[in-house]
Amino acid sequence: MDAVSPPSKAPFSLTQRLDEALKQPKLVRVLKLMLFVACLWPMVEPPLHLYLDPLALGANPAEHIIRDWGDWALQLLLLTLLVTPLRLWLGVGGLLRFRRMLGLFAFAALCLHVLAYLGFDRFFIWDEIWADLLKRPFITLGMIGFVLLLALALTSSRAMVLRLGGALWTRIHKLIYPAAILAVIHYWLMVKRDVTEPLLYACLLFMLLAARLPQVRPWLKKRRS
Amino acid sequence: MSDFSKHDAIQSPRLIKSLRYPVPAGSEITPEAVYLNRRALLGMMGAGLASVALPEESKAASKIEPLAAQKNAKFLPPSDPPTDIKLATSYNNYYEFGTSKSAPAREAESLTVRPWTVEVTGEVMKPRRIDLEELMRLQLEERIYRFRCVEAWSMVVPWIGFEFRQLAALVEPTSKAKYVRFTTVARPEEMSGLRAKLPSLDWPYTDGLRMDEAMHPLTLMVVGMYGQTLPNQNGAPLRLMVPWKYGFKNVKSIVKIEFLEKQPEGSWTKAASNEYGFYSNVNPQVDHPRWSQKRERLLPALFASRETELFNGYGEQVASLYAGMNLRFNY
Ligand code: HEM
Repeated sequence: MDAVSPPSKAPFSLTQRLDEALKQPKLVRVLKLMLFVACLWPMVEPPLHLYLDPLALGANPAEHIIRDWGDWALQLLLLTLLVTPLRLWLGVGGLLRFRRMLGLFAFAALCLHVLAYLGFDRFFIWDEIWADLLKRPFITLGMIGFVLLLALALTSSRAMVLRLGGALWTRIHKLIYPAAILAVIHYWLMVKRDVTEPLLYACLLFMLLAARLPQVRPWLKKRRS
Repeated sequence: MSDFSKHDAIQSPRLIKSLRYPVPAGSEITPEAVYLNRRALLGMMGAGLASVALPEESKAASKIEPLAAQKNAKFLPPSDPPTDIKLATSYNNYYEFGTSKSAPAREAESLTVRPWTVEVTGEVMKPRRIDLEELMRLQLEERIYRFRCVEAWSMVVPWIGFEFRQLAALVEPTSKAKYVRFTTVARPEEMSGLRAKLPSLDWPYTDGLRMDEAMHPLTLMVVGMYGQTLPNQNGAPLRLMVPWKYGFKNVKSIVKIEFLEKQPEGSWTKAASNEYGFYSNVNPQVDHPRWSQKRERLLPALFASRETELFNGYGEQVASLYAGMNLRFNY
């Protein structure tokens, strides 16, 4: 009987197979393209919707758009922060290949978010924008977050990694932690009364940051076996 | 032409025609389709068919009935046409039904608005519980007011109501009555926001006016909008409308009106007194900590390009109420 069946391979787990698959450049390229579209769509959808139907976004389309873009920026930021814990937990190193794209899309959504605020809310009147920056803590903190993420975006290329050297580059890119914390505080302060949603984001962020503690990392890795 | 019951109104095609508020020629805004269609239909069908459910209406709107009132020519919009009724009835701050602006249109259907009585008490000669039907027989009129929210957006709405003074006359306030407090109904079984684990505000919702503000001819008790009775999400069956103040002062679904000697504290003031003062007059010079009040977004515009006016443009009528007061301090 055993003479007929082909020699069976070692039993691969799903995550091991994923890890293998992510070593094929062709597949990675396809997955990246899919991720690209998935990241882009929520940025394009609100204005497209509005263009097709002026009442589609309700009475206050500008607020709708600013919030959608803000939400997406924050969600992508958290997804970016999820890559490392997930990689440790699943043992799929190849996930790292998608991190830069997630981070850059978070920054792109953020740029739209800020641009929409500058234009729709403040009508590009710089005195008023400056006054807002000084006066409204949620804008001040958001802007600090934006500047931090700008630094990350500018140093995100491979060339920059080489130029700065791995150690310095890693140190700079740890700025994503304070940026994400500022983003959640920004959301919290912006809410009038009901803090349910910012609280939810705060909990998620707390878990993502906790996963990086030296006490937690080995535990994540152990779960794999 | 002072006193129309609903049936008179439906039966009179002439009157229905006169109710249309002016829409500027060549206006490219989305027409008040629901409103005008319904009017046309009612006109054609005549009396007796008013209760036929029209397909374009949502379930929540099924309780809404046509309501006629004479148009007050003094209160036409200065330059802006009324906001599309669909927007005015789907973007509401009514925390008793949830904190998002779309929630009230979904959730407020559960509120029973008939029968309805209002308790009017305090420093008055004749404290009374007044039935809504009695109030509906007061002199109703349609007025188009600008509506300015503290969140820096605005609308233009044709309200139907009566001057608060008419209601005050029914109970005869005494000389001790210096303020008026309005209270919203609080029924957890009917109002989902009241059942929330983290209460967003201290219920029931209240806010107040100084006596001279309340007795001002601009201060309206509203029972309808866009030629119909109020939808629940807009504060059915009876709400306040003080057009020179920020929107949150306009207490919705009122069950109690008290004439008081001392200045009352409204729900928002209680929640954050540095953000929401007792007066809360629209004032571009006095910023809210969260929103600059210099300009506003006339919905559904994308750009907040409109410059906000002191007292929301009603300064000529109301500025004298605040003569000698420091409006920066008394915000
Ligand atoms: C780290 C960067 C930032 C992130 C992740 C972020 C994200 C967010 C989120 C999630 C919201 C709430 C959306 C909702 O209610 O659903 C929000 C609101 C808002 N953000 Fe940001 N934000 C950032 C920076 C900024 C900056 C720099 C500005 C302006 C200079 C800004 C302006 C606003 C405004 C005006 C709102 C309120 C929108 C409204 O209610 O109309 N944000 N942001």
